[in-house]
Amino acid sequence: MADSSNELTRPVKRLGDRIFSGTALGAGVLILVTLAGVGLFLTIEGLPGFTADSSATQPADNFVGLAGPLVFGTVLSATLALMLAVPLAVGVALFISHYAPRRLSQGLGYLVDLLAAVPSVVYGLWGIIFLAPKLVPIYRWLENNVGWIPFFSGPTLASGRNMATVAVVLAVMILPIITAICREIFLQTPTLHEEAALALGATRWEMIRMAVFPYGRSGIVSAAMLGLGRALGETLAVTLVLSPAILYSFNFIGAQNPSTIASNIALQFPEASGLEVSVLIATGLVLFLITFVVNFAARAVVNRRSEFSGAN
Amino acid sequence: MTPPTQTLEQRPGADGPRGSGPLNTQDQALHTRTLPRFAPLGLLAVATAVSVGISLALGWNRAAMVVVAAILYLVAINLVSRSVENGRRATDRTVTGLVTIAFLIALLPLTTLLYTVLSNGLGALSGEFFSASMRNIIGEGGGIYHAIWGTLIVTGLATLMSVPIGVFSAIYLVEYGKGALARWITFLVDVMTGIPSIVAGLFAYALFVLFLGPGVRSGFGGAVALSVLMVPVVVRATEEMLKLVPNELREASYALGVPRWRTIVKVVLRTASAGIATGVTLAVARVIGETAPLLVIAGSTDSVNFNPFDGRMATLPVFTFYAYSEPGVPAEFSVERAWGAALVLILIVLVLNLIARLISRAYSPKTGR
Repeated sequence: MADSSNELTRPVKRLGDRIFSGTALGAGVLILVTLAGVGLFLTIEGLPGFTADSSATQPADNFVGLAGPLVFGTVLSATLALMLAVPLAVGVALFISHYAPRRLSQGLGYLVDLLAAVPSVVYGLWGIIFLAPKLVPIYRWLENNVGWIPFFSGPTLASGRNMATVAVVLAVMILPIITAICREIFLQTPTLHEEAALALGATRWEMIRMAVFPYGRSGIVSAAMLGLGRALGETLAVTLVLSPAILYSFNFIGAQNPSTIASNIALQFPEASGLEVSVLIATGLVLFLITFVVNFAARAVVNRRSEFSGAN
Repeated sequence: MTPPTQTLEQRPGADGPRGSGPLNTQDQALHTRTLPRFAPLGLLAVATAVSVGISLALGWNRAAMVVVAAILYLVAINLVSRSVENGRRATDRTVTGLVTIAFLIALLPLTTLLYTVLSNGLGALSGEFFSASMRNIIGEGGGIYHAIWGTLIVTGLATLMSVPIGVFSAIYLVEYGKGALARWITFLVDVMTGIPSIVAGLFAYALFVLFLGPGVRSGFGGAVALSVLMVPVVVRATEEMLKLVPNELREASYALGVPRWRTIVKVVLRTASAGIATGVTLAVARVIGETAPLLVIAGSTDSVNFNPFDGRMATLPVFTFYAYSEPGVPAEFSVERAWGAALVLILIVLVLNLIARLISRAYSPKTGR
């Protein structure tokens, strides 16, 4: 945008222009202030929670005893979800960008985007009513046949409300965002790279491995990290599906599952008072910092890439 | 089909001196044998038939049948292709199968979710469901009247706050912003899209508790929380649209002596208005289903509350959550209401998405407006 006022005439300072640009600047700065405010107000209200005694951090003795398992549960559920979602999302994105008939691909992409529009509370209901009972036979089989692996030692609840079900629901919820970004990145692969690979006699899969994946690698990584950010902060689906506890456990199909920060807040906050509220806000601050770092890193990778690809 | 192809095909025969014989054998060596086009479908049919047979014999359920059919197909296509074609083709065909299966798996949640919500929720919809609140209701009856009003008020206020802030921020970023500040705002807006919704709710609570004392609940607080989630979406959508406005339009306006702010309002924003409307609609669709922040700051109530500045306010997502998680004594009625509310919520979101697509299609330059 070149400045319209040229050197020939003295730039006219119009009142309307100054008010307008001032408002625009103010709105932009307000966003920065809000972001800082989120950190600031959570710190102000949460600070007493960090040093709270056992009366406010039940069932744990102190803040670390409560927040530690919650962070563990949050990271564990999100990581499991990511491990399920990323390979599937890459496959779906490839199908839409390189395998589906071109005329269909836009509609198919829209279909996957619809998954992102479903409210999380509906995912929670679906997870607990439809999905969990369907998964119970698999859990039973795992428990009976490979129960010696600590992950699957059980015992499985008949309701299927455990970490594994949460991971599946979260994976479904983060699938659309990972798919959408991967799809965009795969479609950006220079056609010349693809055609060069095909001209050398590569099969379609070899072309994808030689041209599409190398070009999109950083994009896939950042898409996965954005999905991780979503999964870390997801609340209602976890709250509805998980049978929660405050503990460290790698048993994915057991009756006692580590709760997540967001889910714990949603469960406890409506009845909390006094110092308990501060403790919950303090855990919220921890969640904010974790997701901020993950998103910050992911966006930094995406932005570095977009500057690079802007040159081609 | 076309003449040039024919001449190319006839060429080996027409090549007198070298003769067609040796060239043909060379030709066969160069081209490996390929499976006929119907091979994948045929193998899929065979795999399905075998799987159905095994399942009927051993009494497996349908899910196991489908999984076995898929695995059989992948193994079969790999082996057949490996023996007839070569290893590389076999890998390619296997990956094609895997990618297609991945897509089909991704469709499963969407279809089963829509089916579950429809089959459980349709029974709950009735005149009373939309016209009654939950005041003094125990057991059967009652409805979501109060929750619909709460959702409309909270989302409406959030939209009223986020659209001006978002649009003006985007104007700053595209029309005025240069240097470090604009770059940081762009970057942090992206980061802000990843704020967990419950953190936005806690932020609104922490903000209001400073002024109104502990235990504060209000619809307006919910609107503030939703704005935190909505502003970044509006900014990104508007920014993309403003960037698409050709510079020639701005310069033409400046050349007529129009002040910069009037150029932005009358030319740039007007040109981008359809795109901005699409973006705002999608942003509304995104926040209207948010539960966690409203659970924290707007709370829940059984009565209609039209005043967003005073007291708890029920909203559809929170209503759905509590109707399912705390159903009361005859649980089935409350659970049915939860499904009904979930169905209404999904329908609202789908309709908003549809409206957004229609706006963008109706006004997109490609269809020649």
